[in-house]
Amino acid sequence: MLYREAGDYKTSYTADSQTFPIAFDRYRYWVVLAVSFLVIPFFITDYLVNALFMPFLIYAIAAIGLNILTGYAGQVSLGTGGFMAVGAYACYKLMTAFPDVNILIHVVLAGGITALVGTAFGLPSLRIKGFYLAVATLAAQFFLVWLFNKVAWFYNYSASGQISAPERMVFGVAVTGPNTPAWASYLVCLVFVTISALIARNLTRGALGRQWMATRDMDIAAEIIGVNPLKAKLTAFAVSSFFVGISGALFFAVYLGAVEVGEVFGINKSFLVLFMIIIGGLGSIFGAFAGAAFLVTLPVFLKLIGVDLFGWPTDLVAHLQLVIVGFLIMFFLVKEPHGLAQLWRLAKEKLRLWPFPH
Amino acid sequence: MTLKTLTTLALSGVLVAGTAAADLVIPDLSYRTGPYAAGGTPFSDGYQDYFNLLNARDGGIGGETVRIVECETGYNTEKGVECYEATKSEGALIYQPLSTGITYQLIPKTTADEIPIHTMGYGRTSAANGEVFPWVFNYPANYWDAASVMVNYLLEENGGSLDGKTIALVYHNSAYGKEPIRTLEALSAEHGFEFTQIAVDHPGQEQKSQWLQIRRERPDFVLMWGWGVMNQVAVQEASNINFPMENFIGNWWAGAEHDVTPAGAGANGYKSLNMNRIDADLPVFADITSMVHDAGNAAGDGSNIGSVLYTRGMYAAMLAAEAIAKAQEIHGVADVTPAMVRDGMEALEITNARMEELGMAQIGPEFSVSCENHGGSGLGIVQQWDASAGNWVALTDYIAPQDAVIDGLIAEDSGAFAAENNITPGCL
Repeated sequence: MLYREAGDYKTSYTADSQTFPIAFDRYRYWVVLAVSFLVIPFFITDYLVNALFMPFLIYAIAAIGLNILTGYAGQVSLGTGGFMAVGAYACYKLMTAFPDVNILIHVVLAGGITALVGTAFGLPSLRIKGFYLAVATLAAQFFLVWLFNKVAWFYNYSASGQISAPERMVFGVAVTGPNTPAWASYLVCLVFVTISALIARNLTRGALGRQWMATRDMDIAAEIIGVNPLKAKLTAFAVSSFFVGISGALFFAVYLGAVEVGEVFGINKSFLVLFMIIIGGLGSIFGAFAGAAFLVTLPVFLKLIGVDLFGWPTDLVAHLQLVIVGFLIMFFLVKEPHGLAQLWRLAKEKLRLWPFPH
Repeated sequence: MTLKTLTTLALSGVLVAGTAAADLVIPDLSYRTGPYAAGGTPFSDGYQDYFNLLNARDGGIGGETVRIVECETGYNTEKGVECYEATKSEGALIYQPLSTGITYQLIPKTTADEIPIHTMGYGRTSAANGEVFPWVFNYPANYWDAASVMVNYLLEENGGSLDGKTIALVYHNSAYGKEPIRTLEALSAEHGFEFTQIAVDHPGQEQKSQWLQIRRERPDFVLMWGWGVMNQVAVQEASNINFPMENFIGNWWAGAEHDVTPAGAGANGYKSLNMNRIDADLPVFADITSMVHDAGNAAGDGSNIGSVLYTRGMYAAMLAAEAIAKAQEIHGVADVTPAMVRDGMEALEITNARMEELGMAQIGPEFSVSCENHGGSGLGIVQQWDASAGNWVALTDYIAPQDAVIDGLIAEDSGAFAAENNITPGCL
């Protein structure tokens, strides 16, 4: 009844090709944005921001990045953790080398540096694909972590090998360091997520996105109809790494504040982000958000329920968490192999017809 | 929808629990899962059991009951941050995360939130300078003390000279493992031994190439900064290449029963440091058994009592309880705040008489804390594993570190931190 195209007349090509063709979706989109920007910052606490919102937002950016590469362009990557580390270390080096430059610029620059590194590691994708490419990116993961551990220049020769974010201000409010108010770190991440999602959504709808998808579906056919595989694959690596780099920079500077590369950006991180896009839905921007939300918030909810509500021993809850999350992943993938995004799509299809069955 | 309802329930549960608190809240950021659980479990058991003993025997500390809030970190920094934020709002008095990585996260956060953090024999060594790190304490000893104690022990064993010897450091490739490198480099320059570094990546299950290198280079002594599963693997590998075990010394986090038992007889003669004595006959253990375990309040399964890390966890709890008692004495109130506990920690004095009174005679060295020195005395003992008897034998009395070298390094590193973060050193 509410959710339908009928009566929503499009009178221009721009209106016809917009992201949300259904009026209800457009209003929902603006409501979500308004709530996230205008309501949540007033109610957010240190706990909510550190345990739920910041990890969710930052992983969402990483998942958007990986989704462009794997979901849209069909290039499997296991190097996400390594590329996040590039973003984090680039941000750290820029922050300490140019303390007077705005941190937000550093984060974007860190994304740019990661894009360059990502493109370099994307070169093998021109020759190899599938599992073989996954192994090549796995090498990038291990190489990058080893590099940041080995070369002391990257961590400014600190005794512990850790990098820690000094305090930086935006409009007179601290956004990195321990004195950051909860709403400030939340808003910084939210701004980056919103812009990243907008860019990613529009890139994937345009010519570039179509080239990526053509390459994904059948690279030889794509080449025959005139898609340049070199350009398509390398742009996918560059754009993807750009977002992953931004998420790594935020992960280090805004979220954790101090990072040790082997522990934070290890192979587990690559798998986690990969699981996010698989569960969320490959080739969907919404899927990146859904996957990140699922894998970030579910363990925290399970912990709150198990430990605080039922008072179970913490180790039991930690083990149960693994079991339940693992089971839910299997359940969702069996029930809906195309991820949460597909469930969402089906729900919308049903809503369009509701209350009529056909 | 169900998930949402449940979450709302859970969240409101947290809020209710938070407001009902009028007792002493001690968070226990433990890890009973993951590759480091073997060490985290007994430590946490000892830590909790001691506070439960105080509740059962003395009615808490100064008449206030202690409420322990346990939170599982899995030795993972992200979960550590979540645990910190979750427990901080409940009025946490003192943090002991038992993880150098999480400590580095928490140092700036606890300083901003004004909650003391006690990193006993781990964490950031230069935090011993209390003028730069007013909220961080690492008494009774730190990593650089440990490195120096090891070298002093080897000096004594080798007739006062290590000239021309080679010492290899097998370390966990993290902030934890990298801590002693600077000290060992300074000591190698001073005593003329050759120093090589061999890194082991997290979690340390794969060490074949490292021990192959040791087999090839044949260093005279191997020191180890290991934790969790890495220790067991290292001891096993050392025994596989027939490395003389008496020349293999672990630090105090690489010297518990579970580190050596998997290697069986091969581990015989392996040495490690310890910052506290092991004595399963201490009267306090009898109290814990009768008043906590028999009452069904044991943390964990109660099987770890008296072991190396259980004893250390209990020792950590005792130091925290003494600091809280001291804070109550200084400020004249029983329901202390984190800031008061910090004052208590800074005025803490542990004497042999007091330790005996607490039923744990000689468990640690005597030391006192001051505003300038948050690091304690830095003493350590060397113990050796007797595989046939299945226990650790203390070889030495407390050995003192070379304070002249370490104090210089601490001043240098904390000075750099103060400059980087615009801190003017001074007492609170």
